[in-house]
Amino acid sequence: MDRLKLATVWLGGCSGCHMSFLDLDEFLLELGQRVDVVYSPLVDAKEYPEGVDVCLIEGAVANTDHLELLERIRRCTRVLVSFGDCAVTGNVTAMRNVLGPKNAELVLQRAYLECAQDNPMLPRAEGIVPALLPKVVPVHEVVPVEHYLPGCPPPADRIRAVLEALLEGRAPALEGPQLKFG
Amino acid sequence: MDLNQLLAIKERELASRKPYTLRVCTAAGCLSAGSDQVKKQLERAVAEAGLSDQVEVRCVGCLRLCCQGPLVHVDPVNELYQKVGPETAPALLERVRGGAPPLEKADLQHPFFTRQFSIVLANSGVVDPERIESYIAADGYRALHDAVIEMEPREVIQAVMASGLRGRGGAGFPTGLKWSTVAKSGGARKYVVCNADEGDPGAFMDRSVLESDPHSVLEGMAIAAYAVGAEQGFIYVRAEYPLAIRRLRMAIEQARRLGILGSGIFGSPLNFNVELRIGAGAFVCGEETALMASIEGRRGTPRPRPPFPAESGLWGCPTLINNVETFANVPAILRNGAEWFASIGTEKSKGTKVFALAGRVKNTGLIEVPMGTTLRTIVEEMGGGAPGGARIKAVQTGGPSGGCVPAELMDVEVDYESLTRLGSIMGSGGMIVMDETTDMVDVARFFMEFCKDESCGKCIPCRAGTVQMYGLLTKILEGRATARDLATLEELCDMVKHTSLCGLGQTAPNPVLSTLRFFRHEYERRLRPERHVASAVQPVTG
Amino acid sequence: MAALTLTIDGKPVSAPAGTTVLEAAQDAGIRIPTLCHLEGVYDVGACRLCLVEVAGSNKLLPACTTQIAEGMEVWTDTDRLRKYRRMTLELLFAERNHVCSVCVSNGNCELQALAWEAGMDHVRYPYQHPQLEVDQTHPLFGMDHNRCILCTRCVRVCWHIEGAGTKNVAGRGADCRIITDLNQPWGESDSCTNCGKCVMACPTGALYYKGVTTGEMVRDRRKLEFIVTAREQKQWIA
Repeated sequence: MDRLKLATVWLGGCSGCHMSFLDLDEFLLELGQRVDVVYSPLVDAKEYPEGVDVCLIEGAVANTDHLELLERIRRCTRVLVSFGDCAVTGNVTAMRNVLGPKNAELVLQRAYLECAQDNPMLPRAEGIVPALLPKVVPVHEVVPVEHYLPGCPPPADRIRAVLEALLEGRAPALEGPQLKFG
Repeated sequence: MDLNQLLAIKERELASRKPYTLRVCTAAGCLSAGSDQVKKQLERAVAEAGLSDQVEVRCVGCLRLCCQGPLVHVDPVNELYQKVGPETAPALLERVRGGAPPLEKADLQHPFFTRQFSIVLANSGVVDPERIESYIAADGYRALHDAVIEMEPREVIQAVMASGLRGRGGAGFPTGLKWSTVAKSGGARKYVVCNADEGDPGAFMDRSVLESDPHSVLEGMAIAAYAVGAEQGFIYVRAEYPLAIRRLRMAIEQARRLGILGSGIFGSPLNFNVELRIGAGAFVCGEETALMASIEGRRGTPRPRPPFPAESGLWGCPTLINNVETFANVPAILRNGAEWFASIGTEKSKGTKVFALAGRVKNTGLIEVPMGTTLRTIVEEMGGGAPGGARIKAVQTGGPSGGCVPAELMDVEVDYESLTRLGSIMGSGGMIVMDETTDMVDVARFFMEFCKDESCGKCIPCRAGTVQMYGLLTKILEGRATARDLATLEELCDMVKHTSLCGLGQTAPNPVLSTLRFFRHEYERRLRPERHVASAVQPVTG
Repeated sequence: MAALTLTIDGKPVSAPAGTTVLEAAQDAGIRIPTLCHLEGVYDVGACRLCLVEVAGSNKLLPACTTQIAEGMEVWTDTDRLRKYRRMTLELLFAERNHVCSVCVSNGNCELQALAWEAGMDHVRYPYQHPQLEVDQTHPLFGMDHNRCILCTRCVRVCWHIEGAGTKNVAGRGADCRIITDLNQPWGESDSCTNCGKCVMACPTGALYYKGVTTGEMVRDRRKLEFIVTAREQKQWIA
């Protein structure tokens, strides 16, 4: 049987969803038998490959790098899963949007100038530090998404339920308290 | 005040009429073009020429062809002069001397005038709205007298029912039935309310009636009060109509002074007083339950119905609420008889309707036509078609609650049912003509923005739904939307229409639905293709 | 008082005339989702979540304000109603800044619970991200407008149970705000009696007790019902 080609990414997220993923504990061993992790912050892949079956996307879309990567992910992947509240709703990452059209500028100024103790300076490195997007958005506002896995972070059993369904070729059917945000 | 005194006032007024009358329109339209100055100059010219006993300069209400104001009508030669300025006005006296003033004349034989049938506007442009004697001379308050002296309240209701009069505010509910329900509702205290909030953008029918013939509304309300057993009336008029408010105040005061409002009207047991309540800038307060909340001094937000105002309205008492135009029809119905009224119009929509014709049409102004007149007659014959010979594209009726009728369907007879069948509504009478330069998606967005700004905020579908629908319409207009966005918009329209608490939210989607029905291509040609398509759920292994 | 019979979701139910459809359903153990309804305060029919289908009417009717009628046939859980409920909740979440992960009411929130009950796994409408204030001027309570859904339970409780009339609604449409007195900071209010009933009534984390953790944000709504029952029926139900 072909192994499922699984990828995970974190965009504008805290990586907490990935920590929760690691909370799968023994199931990870089983998972390791049934999937090939072809791209992930947890493994050593430099470029997002083609022909990916499932990608778990953590984090909201907050800078130009995220946008670029997401476009590539969508083109190269069959099933996208918005993984965690930041990907599903924007969550904490999107809170800067309330500051209005100049929110990106304002948060950079606050973090790197007003609150800096030594060497106040806005980070700038052409081609290395990506620009912040004027508005942080959930993943599905940029590309269509097949499934949603809410939670901050989603508890491990919720992640497992989704993975098991996808492995068996079913659509994950989270319901009730399994859909709770936060 | 008894009949003899009423008739005496009429006689005196008619006897004081002079050989020549210069009727100067001083309703808001002509006033904004300087007709008050025209009137002043005319009066001065008449005095200087020593013609004061020959010529009466009378301030009157709307003379209909608003786009050509200031308008002055000359009697007895029956000529209407347009675009009269303060400097050129004195030249009108030439006409009195038998000459030909070098002023523009309107063509009174044009269908714009000849197709009109004035019931509600019969006194508009004829009587001086600031003098009750002028109204009485036109048989004003005769119907009220005859009702309270010669008829039983239930006979009055029967007459209104037999006439087939339906609410002119837009809903078209049978007026006689509403009066009957209020009359039958128990309670020591009842109220009569006139809805003069007229919030639809582009609508000025009610404003014109109030500025031109306020007494007709008072008389209608008094007759209603007699019929249903009320003693207190309120006219809720929007604050943006200062001239209407002023004329209403004058009318009420004059009627009170003559004993036509107050206790023992015409010596009958009827006591009826009318007070004004001024709005504060909320379109939603045209909705009857929000209007009543506002009168009660509370926030102007609607409440679920039932109970209906006829059973439980102001302060929990049975309340009759009708529109300005509805009340204005009542004196004529009683004077001329229910059969007369029922002989005008169509089978289900009797009488006439006042429309404010505006937009891309040559003859913008006020018209009153029998129900059943076709849109084509109104727009092309009376309105003269679009300026510059442009092709007419659609006619919008019913304001933000209504829809657009495309030009191909303009042979529709204007009445309550026919317009509803086409996905629009008669509404209160706003009629906006659109030509080939009009962008229908922009029209839909304009009305949605209005609803979004005017939503009271009480219920979620309207408060949050109009915001999202407006966002989607903007996205479509700016070419950033996909077919999925259009589907989302249509889904939202359905939901907001069926789940909103009051008419504002329930009808907010109408302009969108209407333009989608007849002008869908204008939406679709702006859509961009999806950049990606989500996969259908497929087996992911083997 | 005459007893009327009707059917709700096919189940025969009887209740006294004057009962609302919501009350009759609750008595019969049938759950209809609500948000602006609060036991002990009059209903306003504002949230539209309790809309039900009634045979013979082409209008959806709010169960909380509609009185039962003899022979009424009510359906509370059709596909159409579920679809509308989910859309209503999504509109709410998109309207203001409801960030469950950092909210003190996370796990004790009626809005959150209704969302997962309705199967809401994401919000399809763009988030509006309005900039809204947090009022921490009161010594005991806080008001976070980002989490407010304008259900007006706090207003109704303040006027009709406490009688203080401190909380009110100002503005129109999406600009509506719950205000204190003449739109003053809560801490400067002359009319507020510090009774905390508004916090008890709030379904979300908009009104909260200061210094209380997420785990402690359980509100005793039955206290409000207790007060009203005591006042109106002279019954002390513990």
